[in-house]
Amino acid sequence: MAIRVRNVTKRFGDFVALDNVSVDIEDGDLTALLGPSGGGKSTLLRIIAGLELPDTGTIEINGVDLTLLPPQRRNIGFVFQHYAAFKHLTVARNVAFGLEIRKKPKAEIKARVKELLELVHLDQFADRYPSQLSGGQRQRMALARALAVKPEVLLLDEPFGALDAQVRKELRTWLRRLHDEVHVTTVFVTHDQEEAMDVADRIFVMAAGRVEQEGTPDELYERPANDFVMGFLGPVTKLHGDLVRPHNLDLITTEEPGSVHARITRIARLGFEVQVEVEIDGDEGTTSTWVQITRERATRLGIQAGDDVFVRKADRERVSSTLAPALA
Amino acid sequence: MVSDTLPAGAVSRRKRRGTASKAPRGYRSQNSATRPASRWTLRLIAVAYLFFLLMVPVGLVFWRTFEHGAGVVWDSLTTPAAIHAIQITAETAGIATICNTVFGVGMALLLVRHRFWGRRLLNSLIDLSIAVSPVVVGLSLVLIYGRFEPVGRWLDNHGVQVIFALPGMVLATIFVSLPLVVRAVAPVIEEIGTDQEQAAYTLGASRWQGFWRITLPAIRWALAYGVVLSLARALGEFGAVAVVSGNLEGQTQTLTLFVQEHFQNFDAVGAYSAAFLLALIAIVALIVISLLRPKEDS
Repeated sequence: MAIRVRNVTKRFGDFVALDNVSVDIEDGDLTALLGPSGGGKSTLLRIIAGLELPDTGTIEINGVDLTLLPPQRRNIGFVFQHYAAFKHLTVARNVAFGLEIRKKPKAEIKARVKELLELVHLDQFADRYPSQLSGGQRQRMALARALAVKPEVLLLDEPFGALDAQVRKELRTWLRRLHDEVHVTTVFVTHDQEEAMDVADRIFVMAAGRVEQEGTPDELYERPANDFVMGFLGPVTKLHGDLVRPHNLDLITTEEPGSVHARITRIARLGFEVQVEVEIDGDEGTTSTWVQITRERATRLGIQAGDDVFVRKADRERVSSTLAPALA
Repeated sequence: MVSDTLPAGAVSRRKRRGTASKAPRGYRSQNSATRPASRWTLRLIAVAYLFFLLMVPVGLVFWRTFEHGAGVVWDSLTTPAAIHAIQITAETAGIATICNTVFGVGMALLLVRHRFWGRRLLNSLIDLSIAVSPVVVGLSLVLIYGRFEPVGRWLDNHGVQVIFALPGMVLATIFVSLPLVVRAVAPVIEEIGTDQEQAAYTLGASRWQGFWRITLPAIRWALAYGVVLSLARALGEFGAVAVVSGNLEGQTQTLTLFVQEHFQNFDAVGAYSAAFLLALIAIVALIVISLLRPKEDS
């Protein structure tokens, strides 16, 4: 167990940022803390780093209780959302900072900086200043700087949050590959479920200061513990009061057992995927929902707005908040 | 100052040329908001105002100083009284600026980064010292540290003389230039935030190392600006120092007091020479400031 968080509570005034949270993070894993803003994930990360002190509870890294230890003595690497680049130092000096503080020999620092700049593909930019780099390059520099001191754990606080969508996707793929190379226990905070699903080995979904569910991306997606987790990990809609994924619903033109009558109100063709908005007449009045089908299927059905159709659960359907066994 | 006017002139020249030739429509209409006539009037008023208020008097001081040649100036600046005045001015301003720098950075960090009861009051109090007339500052110092006041008497009994001595003059000078460093540095501290320092901590830096290696370099230009401003203000201080120093020639007479005394005693050359020196220092300070300013942007 690389990181063990036990019963941590943290309040800011009246606001409860973390409410008796316990988290275990495996050695060598790439773990995501996922949740909406204000859910406590950044606070948890900063408490692990020692940048905040918990009101109650303990933090262990590799079996050592360091709840009261300052960040300087935790041997962690931390990457900030807005890079926190040392603007007055060159890229090389930024990366060398932690080693200079540790008073390593000059030759050793030089070699290590070179090695890391190659790792993050910034070796040509060694003598530039952070202001001469793009956002993505700055964040890679920040990663190299954090890794330079060979931390026991690497903590990233919304590392790609300030970057545009394209760079964001590139960098997260790159982070995954880097992690497979370096293998340092890594925790990153994100509010982007796609990012977490794409990159992480394990995900902790956090909301309102609590861990709602933990598991692998597949486990969370297939068996969400509650409506919140299900809603957060992908699009959802309702059928008869049950939460379902729109792609787990299907449209048919003739009635069959288990299907319900509906009227199409709008069809949005988004490329491969087609969103069909329908209204369903039930005992408690009309409810609206939407169904996600492929373009091919939509063409084959030949549906148009105003058509009468029947909605049924697709064969693959297996998620329903009432049926899913809760994962603890 | 000098560098501020140059780009402005360059811009307006470019604009005028643009209007004359085939400029895009939007460009011209933007420009026609001020017609040439009113633009020239405004410029004339501004220049005339500065000319009569600033350039003529300062120019006259320079001219009167060197009216009888540089040798006389040199002689009057090398009399024992003048040399002592220069020394005491440098000492007072030097100590005051060092105090203001240390206090200013500390206070700016406190005001920007900490939320505590009475913070806003403290924030306003710092400005009070520059708002209050220096003469009042001097008088209030006499009321505390004067030889016949409790605090002053106690200090006097322990061999420390404040009023009519260097400590009092330093105190008065610190007082009148108190907020200059704080105000120069605080916005930059606000802007840089705490991320960089926290990053330094996670990399193993102590608080002290974080301050020296990260915070101080980040605010260095703003700090230099504040220090130069503070030094210029300290060198030119007259009112508060006049009250607390006693103006004893060869003992507690600063350059500004020297100017005043020699002017009143009809020693025009002595007064103008010292005034010239003060003005020269101020101009050098302004040049330094204008050189420091653009660097802040990059």
